[in-house]
Amino acid sequence: MIEFKNLHKRFGKLVVLDGLDLEINKGGIFAILGPNGSGKTTLIKCLLGMVIPNKGDIFFEKKSVLRQWAYRNNLNYLPQIANFPPNLTVLELINMVKNLRPKTANEQELIELFGLKSFLDKKLGNLSGGTKQKVNIVLAFMFDSDLIVLDEPTNGLDPIALIHLKEIIQKEKDKGKTILITTHIMSFVDEVADEIVFLLDGKIYFKGTVDALKKQTNNDNLEHAIANLIAKQYA
Amino acid sequence: MLKILKYSFYDLMRSRWSYVYFLFYLLLGFVLLFLNNDVDKAVITLMNIIIVLTPLIGTIFGVMYYYNSKEFTELLLAQPINRSKIFMGQYLGISISLTLSLVLGLGIPFVLYGLFKSAAIFNFSLLLVVGAFLNFIFVALSYNIALSTENKIKGFGYAILMWLFLAVIYDGIFLISLVVFNSYPLDKFSLAATMFNPIDLSRILILLKLDISALLGYTGAVFRKFFGTNFGMLISMGVLVLWVVLPVFRMNLKLRKKDF
Repeated sequence: MIEFKNLHKRFGKLVVLDGLDLEINKGGIFAILGPNGSGKTTLIKCLLGMVIPNKGDIFFEKKSVLRQWAYRNNLNYLPQIANFPPNLTVLELINMVKNLRPKTANEQELIELFGLKSFLDKKLGNLSGGTKQKVNIVLAFMFDSDLIVLDEPTNGLDPIALIHLKEIIQKEKDKGKTILITTHIMSFVDEVADEIVFLLDGKIYFKGTVDALKKQTNNDNLEHAIANLIAKQYA
Repeated sequence: MLKILKYSFYDLMRSRWSYVYFLFYLLLGFVLLFLNNDVDKAVITLMNIIIVLTPLIGTIFGVMYYYNSKEFTELLLAQPINRSKIFMGQYLGISISLTLSLVLGLGIPFVLYGLFKSAAIFNFSLLLVVGAFLNFIFVALSYNIALSTENKIKGFGYAILMWLFLAVIYDGIFLISLVVFNSYPLDKFSLAATMFNPIDLSRILILLKLDISALLGYTGAVFRKFFGTNFGMLISMGVLVLWVVLPVFRMNLKLRKKDF
């Protein structure tokens, strides 16, 4: 479904992606992991067309995405930082995003699930970080798209919201969606992810199931298995 | 693009600063009219304020909006919309809301004072048109600076420097060069130098219309001699349009390669 081919990206002197090749098939939850600054967010942003690679190509449903925009209609994105125009209300923001996409949305269900009903008329500038993140999640999940990209989805969520988030992710997976997640919370990965893509030095260092990773690193605990991978970089 | 414009506009129209800006002009209009008791004089005073203040406010609003809405812009960039439409929408949203503050803020006191019965209506309208131009120009310039500068503080600094340069320093350098090179024919030089500064250009445009020779200054006099009043106005208006078009063009060029 997604194919990254020989992707290079530099920011000034800093090489972030260095000839990265990756293929992601349709269906399933993929966790993109790696130490800080390993290029997780850059990789995702390349896919979304926010960062323009120096070299290489990206294919989404067999079509190159570079300099295109219409393909994003079949893709939902949850950005890392939830920061919205402070003077719009929650409802106005939701309507705006709905307005921007030709698809129909099922925001009501999500609004109820996250208990946002009483916040609909509040200005976004007055919301707490966690509530903003809930709005963020509603915006990301209200459209029915084949690909869902989540950048640090657990940021600032309370335990109940976190449970709901996991439920939604599972539900979307059961519908046959492809879900990409970046996070630093390993228990979350252990719980939801089918496959792990581990980035190091701008390349794919490991790609496979959680069990395969545990086996390869001789470690039963995912957190330690990942730490094991990262430690090689520090060594 | 229109959808983005609509929401940027709504957002800004509800911001406190838009009201402060609007109220400032409202107050200014009333004070000038009732202290001066003369629409023509009020227009001149207003001109002096507008050609310095609108660029400053446009510059500040432009950079501030860009940096403050950065994360939100990222969310928009992930939607199926063309990049340049997002930024054009924001750009027009800021420029139009600032222009509205200006037109309403100054328009209301002038209309109440009986502008429609006075002959100054054309001068006053021209003043608003120039103010609108300055808004569009300086928001575009500041957006260019913000797009090219990752660091918020630096971006802010550059934008303010740009305003300071065009509003104050440029004239100083210009005057000094006139004094230093006064044994050479300077007509063409000063004409060209005026074209490169939208603030000077606006000043001359208004003064040509007001037809006050004493205030025209050297460049204004050269301008009038060279182009005549009507043609001069046409030319300066044309160059002001260029001052909007070129930065907007550069913005779109920059956007093609920009990483977010």
